Amino acid sequence: MIPELGHLSVILALALSIAGAVFGLGGAHIGLGRWMQAATSATYGQMVFVALGFLVLVNAFVTDDFSVAYVAHNSNSLLPWQYKVSALWGAHEGSLLLWTLIMTLWMSAVALRGAALPPGILARVLGVMGLLNGGFLSFLLLTSNPFERLLPLAPADGADLNPLLQDFGLIVHPPMLYTGYVGFSVAFAFAVAGLLSGRLDSAWARWSRPWTNIAWAFLTLGIALGSWWAYYELGWGGWWFWDPVENASFMPWLAATALIHSLAVAEKRGAFRTWTLLLALSAFSLSLLGAFIVRSGVLTSVHAFAVDPTRGLYILGFLAVVVGGSLTLFALRASAAAADVRYGLFSREASLLVNNLLLVVAMAVVLLGTLYPLAYEALTGGDKISIGPPWFNRFFVPLMLAAAVALGVGPFLGWKRSGFTRLRRRLAWCFGASVALAVLVALLLEGLRSWGAAAAVGLGLWILCTHAVDVGRRLRLKGASPPLSYWGMTLAHIGFAVSLLGIALTHELSVEKDIRMSVGESATHGEVTFRFDGVVDAPGPNYRAQRGLFAIEDGERRFGLTPEKRRYFASGSVMTEAAIDAGFFKDIYVSLGEPLANGDWAVRVYVKPFVRWIWFGAVLMALGGTLAVADKRYRRLRRRVESRSSAIGAPSVPA
Amino acid sequence: MHPKRRSRLLTLVFVLTGAAAAVALMLRAANENLNLFYPPDQVAGGEAPVGVGIRAGGMVLEGSVNRAPDSLDVAFVLTDYQGADFRVAYSGILPDLFREGQGILVRGQLGADGIFQAEEVLAKHDENYMPPELMPLADGAAGASDGR
Repeated sequence: MIPELGHLSVILALALSIAGAVFGLGGAHIGLGRWMQAATSATYGQMVFVALGFLVLVNAFVTDDFSVAYVAHNSNSLLPWQYKVSALWGAHEGSLLLWTLIMTLWMSAVALRGAALPPGILARVLGVMGLLNGGFLSFLLLTSNPFERLLPLAPADGADLNPLLQDFGLIVHPPMLYTGYVGFSVAFAFAVAGLLSGRLDSAWARWSRPWTNIAWAFLTLGIALGSWWAYYELGWGGWWFWDPVENASFMPWLAATALIHSLAVAEKRGAFRTWTLLLALSAFSLSLLGAFIVRSGVLTSVHAFAVDPTRGLYILGFLAVVVGGSLTLFALRASAAAADVRYGLFSREASLLVNNLLLVVAMAVVLLGTLYPLAYEALTGGDKISIGPPWFNRFFVPLMLAAAVALGVGPFLGWKRSGFTRLRRRLAWCFGASVALAVLVALLLEGLRSWGAAAAVGLGLWILCTHAVDVGRRLRLKGASPPLSYWGMTLAHIGFAVSLLGIALTHELSVEKDIRMSVGESATHGEVTFRFDGVVDAPGPNYRAQRGLFAIEDGERRFGLTPEKRRYFASGSVMTEAAIDAGFFKDIYVSLGEPLANGDWAVRVYVKPFVRWIWFGAVLMALGGTLAVADKRYRRLRRRVESRSSAIGAPSVPA
Repeated sequence: MHPKRRSRLLTLVFVLTGAAAAVALMLRAANENLNLFYPPDQVAGGEAPVGVGIRAGGMVLEGSVNRAPDSLDVAFVLTDYQGADFRVAYSGILPDLFREGQGILVRGQLGADGIFQAEEVLAKHDENYMPPELMPLADGAAGASDGR
């Protein structure tokens, strides 16, 4: 009975989402205050009913209700409780329910902060988000109902969660990622609301900025967590594979990174407005495209959801409606946003234009490489191809290095125009220092011999240096200390530099060897020695492991690492659990391959310097994005608009 | 034409030409890098090119997996269970889900001796998941591989 209540609850949420869309968009159009308020109530209602449905499914997982088909397919009575809960989003149906839950949470957050907005804008934003949520909920109910039962013959036990997913990574990675994906619907809804109402001034940009920043911060963390998870769980130490599904999360990230920067120009200078609108529409559309790639099974990927053509067709249709509808609106209305704002060649506007250009081209490269295999198959009548990492690296890396050059100059530039001579005087010092340091690093670190890596290291140092110099300059200025948004920007840029350094150094300096080891045998990489002391049996809660014993000597340090090979009872599948000694400057990584003759084992023994910096940089970026939102001017705006909101009033006239 | 319109049109033409050239160059590079997929009958039938990076796939034939006694070299046979098969040589660690009767993708080059020299061996990560490339094979092989 309880699962049916969950189903009913989601149906009610769907009804409310349609009601919210009608009241919100209709009410704002004809200027009916009561309807617009109803849109807010409908928003909270959707949140409550989706949350109820979600809790019902959590309950089914925790109480091992295997009469629910989704639970039976993805859980098992032996599964530890934290994985029973996270198994909810371990496959398609439940993860979609999580997606809609997060959607309604974003909507409620907008409604809660909505007092700062003119009612007409708030109602339209909630209406558009209700429309999107309705699309997701009907997708869930029509093609992927997680509450479906296996009655009257409920299985005695479940088929178990895929062992790869029985991990901390599953608990945190999908919620973070989805919060980012879905969060871009707020920027999307603000763009549509702005186009509908004709209010596309700098206030519009100021409303969108905090939401975009926070969604972007979540997506950044989500991608970094996914990369870290793949690194320690897939068992072979890679951290990015240009896999279609990784690309699916990376494309909206690149578009949103461009959006954050162009919103700054739109708010401060009123320039780039139409372009900003287009980016806001694209970031969310690319999130949807990502959902299509992941959930339709059209591309080969490690993130395999079971393939179902009707699902792919539904998302494709939804995508067509969202992209087609929003672009049509854009074409009809965006000219109202155009403004003639002049700026010089050496100005912050120009440097942000370069930033946007590079990010969007990089996004287009990823898009092309991801979709080309699909197009190729369609055009040649079924020939299947894949495009490997070398292709992506060849185009993507130079673009990012170019972006790094510009990023180092950015903070020195003022709005409108800066004098070139003053700029040159400030930059010359950092240019010399970073080149000298990069050469020094290349000479000191054995193995750093490629030009590309040395350039990347130099550029990382370049960004660090110019930002440090700029911070010093700002602190010496008399008067108020720099605002929080300045510190947020600086922190995020430093994060980018840290990631860049991590990527370049780990790529060049890593030692990765797959070797055959007998008991008692040793292998040495630089100053790290691995001794293999054999394999013992070790029991686990729902698996049986073979545990490898390794004695490691790293200079003065001596310690043991115990990677495992696990066989899970319910599914019979085998999983590799790497053992990692994580350090700020290097990771020591051991994982068991397979047993060979005579008690020998195939073993991966890796030393990966600076690999943590990749994710640490991403954390700094996310912190920076969040810090910028705490800036005073967004709070001040809130107060000012509150006092004025009655004047701006309900019926907003379309431009 | 109005001078403003004219300059806009010129900008548009310029941007579009640039974008088209860039896309053309990238696709050209992609065509050099792309790895076409060949099923067992095409590899065995000599339709797959020799000495070029390609991908191939099939089911691991029962009893064909052969490990060298003192290194990580391994050899096995991929088949479509319909009479076509080919030999694969690989040096390294096989994925966890590599098993006899399992659908496998290999990336590498076909040698002149007909042996596929694999640089990478990919098995599916999930029991319910079959790489789209192997779908047509899976139908024919279902009966045979259930025998394990």
